[in-house]
Amino acid sequence: MNGVHYTGIPSEEELKRCPGVPTPERVLRGRIACVECVQEIPCNPCEQLCRFGAISVGEQITSLPQLHEERCTGCGMCVAGCPGLAITLLDGSYSETEATIDFPYEYLPLPAPGDSVEAVGRDGAIVCTGTVLKVTKVPAYAGTAVIRMAIPKEYIHIVRSMKRIKRHE
Amino acid sequence: MKIIETDIAIVGAGAAGLSAAAEAARAGAKVMVFDENRLPGGQLFKQIHKFFGSHDHHAGIRGYQIGRDLLSEVRDAGADVRLNTIVYGMQPDKSLGIICDGKSCVVRAEKVIVAAGAKENYMAFPGSTLPGVMGAGAAQTMANVNRVLPGERIVMIGSGNVGLIVSYQLMQAGAEILALVEAAPAIGGYGVHAAKLRRAGVPILVSHTVTRAIGSDKVEAAEIAQVDEHFQPIPGTEQILPADTICLAVGLNPMTELLWMSGCRFTYIGPFGGHVPLHDACLETTVPGLYVAGDITGVEEASSAMEEGRLAGIAAACSLGFIPAAEAEKRMEMIRHRLDTLRSGSFGAVRRQSKEKQLQAMQDYREKEGLAQ
Repeated sequence: MNGVHYTGIPSEEELKRCPGVPTPERVLRGRIACVECVQEIPCNPCEQLCRFGAISVGEQITSLPQLHEERCTGCGMCVAGCPGLAITLLDGSYSETEATIDFPYEYLPLPAPGDSVEAVGRDGAIVCTGTVLKVTKVPAYAGTAVIRMAIPKEYIHIVRSMKRIKRHE
Repeated sequence: MKIIETDIAIVGAGAAGLSAAAEAARAGAKVMVFDENRLPGGQLFKQIHKFFGSHDHHAGIRGYQIGRDLLSEVRDAGADVRLNTIVYGMQPDKSLGIICDGKSCVVRAEKVIVAAGAKENYMAFPGSTLPGVMGAGAAQTMANVNRVLPGERIVMIGSGNVGLIVSYQLMQAGAEILALVEAAPAIGGYGVHAAKLRRAGVPILVSHTVTRAIGSDKVEAAEIAQVDEHFQPIPGTEQILPADTICLAVGLNPMTELLWMSGCRFTYIGPFGGHVPLHDACLETTVPGLYVAGDITGVEEASSAMEEGRLAGIAAACSLGFIPAAEAEKRMEMIRHRLDTLRSGSFGAVRRQSKEKQLQAMQDYREKEGLAQ
């Protein structure tokens, strides 16, 4: 059986239907939130976190978050604030060959800017090597770090996180 | 024997009990809270993840922070929280037998709110008595409260939100989750929790169960197998995983022992974890003046427990005249509305139906007994 309910991975169809996922054209134009929230659960902090009104859930708290592409500035407050860690920022305009992804990361140790890390997809499989550009962990993020990573542009819709770094005793 | 008198006695200083205490004490009632643990907060302080829900329900705030805020609210309201205090019995007149500082005492209160919570279900299988097989909640307490990692290589049984969240937290603590195993054909908890585990490389195996814990003095490996539609292991599908720990996240059941002693009436609701007390819309049971709140009324989650605690606290304080009836009713109606929200959507449907069934059973009981509402 396919889909997040059976595998823990949102299926292609689920992502296609998901109102929080930006269009590929918009991703190419610059940094934007990608809200991969495909299951109707009672949760809406993303709506309140966005100062620009770019994410709406509405009166019915179980509705899927709707992304309003034109209002998203790519500020990233939603990335650290989503309790489900379901939001990333995608930027397909980073360079000729590379895109960036900002993703939430709640493990230690943290990577450092400049590190080469293993970029993984929604299934945890290694997709390519990523370069860490920035690690943000500020009080407003309440313990969640947000990592910006550069990856080859063709993997922007596949990569969603990085492999955990092994602890050194 | 020493007799302690108070307006409202609350059993349990967890999410529900502390919320009830905050409301009742703020209204002016003399409130005492008893808990057998050395720390207050029940399960709240081991919830290191950000809560779901709406702003009203502290969404986005980590559980332990909610616990800290609640505790300071209770202290400001002036409730008396007695820790290391076991409530071992309750008479039909609601008087409580407690052991405080090693001494047995009787507590007489006008109103009693029991918010004793729930306990973990166990699952028996060959080898399940070996050290290294433990409840997921126990593993969570070890890692997040006592800072002890229960194992390095863990197999988690059960894909409800407890199994999913505790797996994630054990990875944060440094363990590896070899697999998360679920006997049902689908994942029980939220997809976003499951997705976090999948991104971290954890296999989630639905239609699978643990068939054996292998080891002489402790768990040295776990045998898992695929199950058929009748949940029977399919021969030939066995796999051996090199686990040192097997965690069971196979549901919870309400801690109703005190309530049974009080003589209050029960009904059986499977999705709520078994026998649950009958209660009305104010959370009062069939024993007048005895209220319930939180997982003891039917296993749900922390946000619902806090809302129910506030509701019971307001109802009990109102019945003693500390809050005008009209004001109390208005506030309770708002809480009921928020509880409806928490029980909405496809994940909340079963809980909503279960709660309706429980309230109906109470109404039927009162009609049968000729008791006015």
